[in-house]
Amino acid sequence: MRLRLVPQDTNWDFFSRSYLSLGISGALMVLSIVAFFVFGLNFGIDFRGGTTIRTESAQPVDVGAYRDAMAPLGLGDVSISEVFDPSFGPDQNVAQVRIQAQDGDEAISVETIQAVEDALTSVDPDITFPSVESVGPKVSGELILSAIEAVIAAIATVLVYIWLRFEWQFSLGAVAALVHDVTLTIGVFSLFQIQFDLAIIAALLTIVGYSLNDTVVVFDRVRENLRRFKKLDLKEVLNLSINETLSRTMMTSVTTLLALISLFVLGGDVIRNFVFAMIWGVVVGTYSSVFVASAILFRLGVKRDWSKPDGEAGTQFGKTDP
Amino acid sequence: MLNISIFRRVVIILVVVAGLVYAMPNLFYPRVESHNDAARAIELAGGEATPEQEADLSAWPGWLPSGLVNLGLDLRGGAHLLAEVQVEDVYKQRMDSIWQEVFPVLRDARDIVGTIRRVPTEDSSLRIRIGDTTNIDDAAQLVRALATPVVTITGTGSTNFTVEVDGDEIVVALSDAEKLATDDRTMQQSVEIIRRRVDEVGTREPTIQRQGEDRILIQVPGLGSADELKALIGTTAQLTFQPVVGRTTDAEQVAGPNTVIYPAVDEEGVFYILEDVPVVTGEDLVDAQPSFDTNGRPAVNFRFNPHGARLFGDYTAENVGSPFAIVLDEEVISAPRINEHIPGGSGIITGNFNVEESTNLAVLLRAGALPAEMTFLEERTIGPELGADSIAAGEIASLVAFAGVLIFMALSYGWFGIMANVALILNVGMLFGLLSAIGATLTLPGIAGIVLTIGMAVDANVLVFERIREEIKAKRGPARSIDLGYEKALSAIIDANITTFLTAGILFIMGSGPVKGFAVTLGLGLITSVFTAIFVTRLMVVFWFERRRPKTLEV
Repeated sequence: MRLRLVPQDTNWDFFSRSYLSLGISGALMVLSIVAFFVFGLNFGIDFRGGTTIRTESAQPVDVGAYRDAMAPLGLGDVSISEVFDPSFGPDQNVAQVRIQAQDGDEAISVETIQAVEDALTSVDPDITFPSVESVGPKVSGELILSAIEAVIAAIATVLVYIWLRFEWQFSLGAVAALVHDVTLTIGVFSLFQIQFDLAIIAALLTIVGYSLNDTVVVFDRVRENLRRFKKLDLKEVLNLSINETLSRTMMTSVTTLLALISLFVLGGDVIRNFVFAMIWGVVVGTYSSVFVASAILFRLGVKRDWSKPDGEAGTQFGKTDP
Repeated sequence: MLNISIFRRVVIILVVVAGLVYAMPNLFYPRVESHNDAARAIELAGGEATPEQEADLSAWPGWLPSGLVNLGLDLRGGAHLLAEVQVEDVYKQRMDSIWQEVFPVLRDARDIVGTIRRVPTEDSSLRIRIGDTTNIDDAAQLVRALATPVVTITGTGSTNFTVEVDGDEIVVALSDAEKLATDDRTMQQSVEIIRRRVDEVGTREPTIQRQGEDRILIQVPGLGSADELKALIGTTAQLTFQPVVGRTTDAEQVAGPNTVIYPAVDEEGVFYILEDVPVVTGEDLVDAQPSFDTNGRPAVNFRFNPHGARLFGDYTAENVGSPFAIVLDEEVISAPRINEHIPGGSGIITGNFNVEESTNLAVLLRAGALPAEMTFLEERTIGPELGADSIAAGEIASLVAFAGVLIFMALSYGWFGIMANVALILNVGMLFGLLSAIGATLTLPGIAGIVLTIGMAVDANVLVFERIREEIKAKRGPARSIDLGYEKALSAIIDANITTFLTAGILFIMGSGPVKGFAVTLGLGLITSVFTAIFVTRLMVVFWFERRRPKTLEV
């Protein structure tokens, strides 16, 4: 007996409520944008400059005492939060101290870091500082710019690639799905104020890659079925293709999620946000390849005349007729 | 048909075996690492080996590959700095040397230009005020004649400086081509000097890279903190010998034209007024060694090259009896009186040093001065324990992820799933082989990339298996089903992976540090997983099919 995530022969109609699903997606995107403008993103030091100091001690973390000890230093906005992780031992109490960027273009000065460390040591003599990272405002400004460039470049490249390999309608559908995924991810990060740093950009791009992977597999099948069933309604072809690939879509999502969840739980707190972004992205990406990419393709319609020789141009991997 | 030629089979197997052989050293990480360290140390020592190094060397056979996946700073711990070099600093020095060329020429033409005076400027230009402006164009022409052409790829006809007339002043400025060339030289020198200084500390595989126009990325694994690294490379160690004009205790005193005021290192509250153009600089040093002066106090002996020796000799001959300042990074270390002409081009720097300080000073002087100051835009210190924790957590998570995927695949696809699992294990092995072979750096997000690859690597197999299922449903025979399954899934596999690969490529180009590490593992992981899915699993399926010849398929 095999484990099956979806019944063997599904014949579900994915478009009977396509207005509803597109509406929900649209509403969620609007919500994400609103959240972004209302709450903003909790940028890490990569993007807004400043210093983070990770502390570790056998004594319990006393956020109030840490704050009081640092208050006389006059460093402006200081945030202190305790970090929890199942992999920590019983006498491993970790906190993260974040200090806003100080004036000037440079990273924080040695003296300031020393002063902070001295202040914290006076509260808790056992304290150690496993990592100290400082980014000057000059670099952080550039990092945020190059991050935005990277995401846009990725989406543009994909737009062009899919357009070359398929048709422009496919390409628009795929890109709509990508924008959807990226927007919703930013929305979640903004809503829950999860720290957003450079690694999250990597996660965003991976989401772009993953969601695309999913979308392309469905589209590939659509392309094939469009050629096979020339008379069939576009809606039928889309439904057929999604149903045929559904088992694979679920299998891949589940194996990827299995791997990511184990990393989320066991991989330590340093990359937890990064992994969270990817888990969220896989879920949203799987949803969007069916309910956004294909739905948009359905609304846009497709050129059905595949008899022209140029229709074959992009399918050198797909000559499958027996 | 399920025909794979013998030749192809052999090639596929060889590729897999090669991948695994290259990955193998990572299983014996500490042993191979000490082997590599010993090999490098012996090579540096010119073939001489201590018994300890011999033992380390023989712990790993030399004929086996010894490439390891480098661990990034976030996994090994260490210090990371991003420095910006103030390349404009050098323009001023260039102007000083141009002034030294221009001055004698104008002095010889004093009868047409009148008095000559250098006007202090805020920017990096040289302004010369002359007494008689009637012939100022001729004077400018004289200066212009000193300019030399700059050799660049495109810069035809550009000279190293431009000369213009502004009222009663002749303005000399570096040309853009010369600025570019100067910047380039400054950066190369800075990188080289930082490398020399870091190498003196002798840590394993430091990264010292130029980034963009004027930045240098420095990563030193295993160093205690970014502060230590900064202390080591942040010192410019700019040594100059400057004529002393006077002494003062007032730091606010306005320096006269062409002079500067620097504090004395060992006398609190004492400042020296010095001529701003040095007689000789540390650039002309060929050697510096820690030593002791005649009173047995730590000092540094130095020796000039012939050029420096001549300048130094001439100056001391002309100025016997006057004081003379030895300046390090804009602080006067000592200001001895010149007792006699010093012709040999060597001397001694005495000051209030202890032995460690004199040793460090000698190291810094030997390595050379940084041509320009640096500011630090980014600094990170990762403790080794945090890195070790991250590795441990990453290892456990990877193993659990691995186990989860293996079980899930076996449950879903039975025998085919098990074959896919073997391929998955080979896949991760080959990924490590590839990473080791190209000397890639593994970072924490890189581990996440591997875990993601584990999850996604099965995708290609899933695509094929699902296709085979469909073909079986369409009542095709077992051989035909397998064949068609592979054939029809191919376009989806290729398209899906190329698009992901494109985003990994963009991450690699635009990302930095750990993100780049993630892009590398993700991209290489895609290559190995496509390879295993369309060649390795297929070969396994074919081997199995040829032995069993099943009448029906269950996928």
